[in-house]
Amino acid sequence: MAVIKTENLTYIYGEGTPFEKRAVDDVSLEIGEGEMIGVIGHTGSGKSTLIQHFNGLLKPSSGSVYIDGEKLWEDKARLRAIRFKVGLVFQYPEYQLFEETCYKDIAFGPKNMGLSDAEIDERIKETAKMVGLSPELLDKSPFELSGGQKRRVAIAGVMAMRPKVLILDEPASGLDPKGREYILGMLKDYHTATKSTVMIVSHSMEDVARYADRILVMNKAKLYCLEETEKVFSRSEELMSMGLSVPQITRVFARLKEMGIEFNKDVYTTPYAVKLLLERLGQKEGLA
Amino acid sequence: MDSFLKAEGLWFSYMNNYEDPPVRTEVLKGIDLDIKKGEFVAVLGHNGSGKSTLAKCFNAINLPEKGKAYVDGIDTSDEDRLLDIRQRVGMVFQNPDNQIVATIVEEDCAFALENMGVPPAEIRQRVDDALKTVGMYDYREHAVHKLSGGQKQRVAIAGIIAMRPECILLDEPTAMLDPSGRREVMKTIKMLNREKGVTIVLITHYMEEAAQADRVVVIDSGDIMMDGTPKQIFTQVQTLRNLGLDVPQVTELCFELRNAGVDIPQDIIGEEECAQALFELLGQQK
Amino acid sequence: MIKDITIGQYFPGKSPIHRMDPRVKILLTAAFIVMLFISNSLWGLLVGAAFTLITFLISRIPLKLMFKSLKPIIPIIIFTGILNLFFIKSGEPYFKWKVFQITDEGVSTAVFMAVRIICLIIGSSLLTYTTSPIDLTDAIERLLSPLKKIKVPVHELAMMMTIALRFIPTLIEETDKIMSAQKARGADMETGSIMKRAKALIPILVPLFVSSFRRAEELALAMECRCYHGGEGRTRMKQLHLSAVDGAAVCYMLAFFAGVIALNIIL
Repeated sequence: MAVIKTENLTYIYGEGTPFEKRAVDDVSLEIGEGEMIGVIGHTGSGKSTLIQHFNGLLKPSSGSVYIDGEKLWEDKARLRAIRFKVGLVFQYPEYQLFEETCYKDIAFGPKNMGLSDAEIDERIKETAKMVGLSPELLDKSPFELSGGQKRRVAIAGVMAMRPKVLILDEPASGLDPKGREYILGMLKDYHTATKSTVMIVSHSMEDVARYADRILVMNKAKLYCLEETEKVFSRSEELMSMGLSVPQITRVFARLKEMGIEFNKDVYTTPYAVKLLLERLGQKEGLA
Repeated sequence: MDSFLKAEGLWFSYMNNYEDPPVRTEVLKGIDLDIKKGEFVAVLGHNGSGKSTLAKCFNAINLPEKGKAYVDGIDTSDEDRLLDIRQRVGMVFQNPDNQIVATIVEEDCAFALENMGVPPAEIRQRVDDALKTVGMYDYREHAVHKLSGGQKQRVAIAGIIAMRPECILLDEPTAMLDPSGRREVMKTIKMLNREKGVTIVLITHYMEEAAQADRVVVIDSGDIMMDGTPKQIFTQVQTLRNLGLDVPQVTELCFELRNAGVDIPQDIIGEEECAQALFELLGQQK
Repeated sequence: MIKDITIGQYFPGKSPIHRMDPRVKILLTAAFIVMLFISNSLWGLLVGAAFTLITFLISRIPLKLMFKSLKPIIPIIIFTGILNLFFIKSGEPYFKWKVFQITDEGVSTAVFMAVRIICLIIGSSLLTYTTSPIDLTDAIERLLSPLKKIKVPVHELAMMMTIALRFIPTLIEETDKIMSAQKARGADMETGSIMKRAKALIPILVPLFVSSFRRAEELALAMECRCYHGGEGRTRMKQLHLSAVDGAAVCYMLAFFAGVIALNIIL
């Protein structure tokens, strides 16, 4: 069963004012349990607005959203309970830390869920391990930590709620290469360990390409596609014309195609490119 | 070529007051660096390596504890020349929102000139020129907070180039931008360097950006680890990885191919040359 | 949503009022307020009201906005109206019941005060509607500059105002974002007792303060890098010039002012 489903979802900002803007336009999609989804789109393509519908932060102007089979906004009293099923991590989440200690900050979400102290404690310890925070850091103030550590605390705060779906908006932005690698690897491990659905919103195709099973592309408020990663990159020219940047390696292969050397598969990660090239070279040598 | 920014045995440290008792952290440990007029230098290093601290030493925001920093021959510890130094070396920061002072684009652009006491008519002229240079002239009367990240960053750059500095230090100017914003800013930076001869020091985490510079300097734990042309630096894939840095994807590709025994040049850092090399390689064997 | 708040509402335009020197606008607004309060006859007040209306029409600001600006002060008008109505005991009583009585003087004072407040609000909102906040700050700085001699930090105050205006939209956006983020973590801000709701603000206010301090620090650094060293020796790109419009505006104001005084004397 689809864990997230939307039907003709439309959201209009400032309806009825001169600034009226269609941010999400007639989007119908289904996301299954345990999927790892990449969400890409130009700034203003509607991707951030779309994900805010998944946990009821925004109310659709028309159309509907189903979480785990239950329709959002039908019963306002249920909204908060459904919200706990979809964890949303905003961009630069470290700026939302507020407690005296990391421990307390991570506990904020679970506490709001009304869990027992013992349960909360267990969850904090588990998520801290998952995001790679050593136990002594838990008693420190989040404001003393490094940028990368702060971000991990903030993500742990949402993970500790054990949502069925974890959505992260640009989880790696502003970090150095090592930090990026760490966060994305951590999310992949989380996905493998918990088998929950993970959605990563990113501008960086390189990051999305390496980790996602399927990619959702938003363009001008519309759902452009939701397909397997390879299929999406087979449209690399279309993506580029939308103003999205495709991985450098994809651009090199696009250039090779122009030069007359074609590969029947589309390339978006380095290991895959190496494999393809070696195969082709081996083939040539074999023929000679 | 003349030297423009110069560091001689530069040391800098700061007190970490979070610890009890406070701990002194050494950030820069005897940096020697010489940047020539008109150069485009990219500075790489992971977070906390000391690269931002170094940049602030060339603007007299940080004063060296030991050693010297010179800007155009002026010692940065010479307090009487503070404004001369800041006028020669402009600085652009990561967060575009936190460096724009005024509500309206042109007002912000005029800020530095007003501080310098430039006559009003000349301010007008220089602000218009600067905004045209970065392609933001049509937005001169717009409110800053309604612009995109890339546009804001270009306004910040315009505010700096209105001072007509000889050098601009940019501290991760593209880190908070989307790909199109990054392209806009990189285009502007390159244009300033190539066409206006402005010396550029670009601190970045994006290897593809660094590959566009004339020279790459790699800093780690307060010291310069590598210094050379992008080709010289990026071909040392293993060393860079050990320092927690990346290489451009194309360089990585060639590196892996060479490891697998394929005869491909190892100094490839650009897309086009990579495509050419692959073309020759694949074509040759036909 | 919190984003819908517009502070320092300014409606750009090309009307004569928009084109006036902001200094003159501020001074004339002050004169206008004086005029409203010295007019002690019904006719004088009507002249004041006519002035307000005509000026509003000249500015070409939609009349709808005039009513909008009055909305928040309706309670004040009603409150002062009632006070005057019931508590002025002098004059001929129209109506009397126990301690309450309404006299003719009470009625006229109530009407007077209401009209005065309404004119006052419309007139001063017209100032902000037609002048950009930057121009306003600038004009205040220049008008107050003589106070520098007695060590009033005029430039610093003006700079603070400029920065505040610049960062209000940014901070509103930020508050919105933090609220959404904490809501996503299950924060409940809509229900519960006042104490509970006040406590629910902590997860919003703490990050907001932290980020404001960070912004302030970064901004201070950026300003220093751009040669900021206080108001000394500073020049301004935009010079304020008096023009024919300002002359006309002063004459227009004087005519009404004289009218009010004349009516005061005659009646």
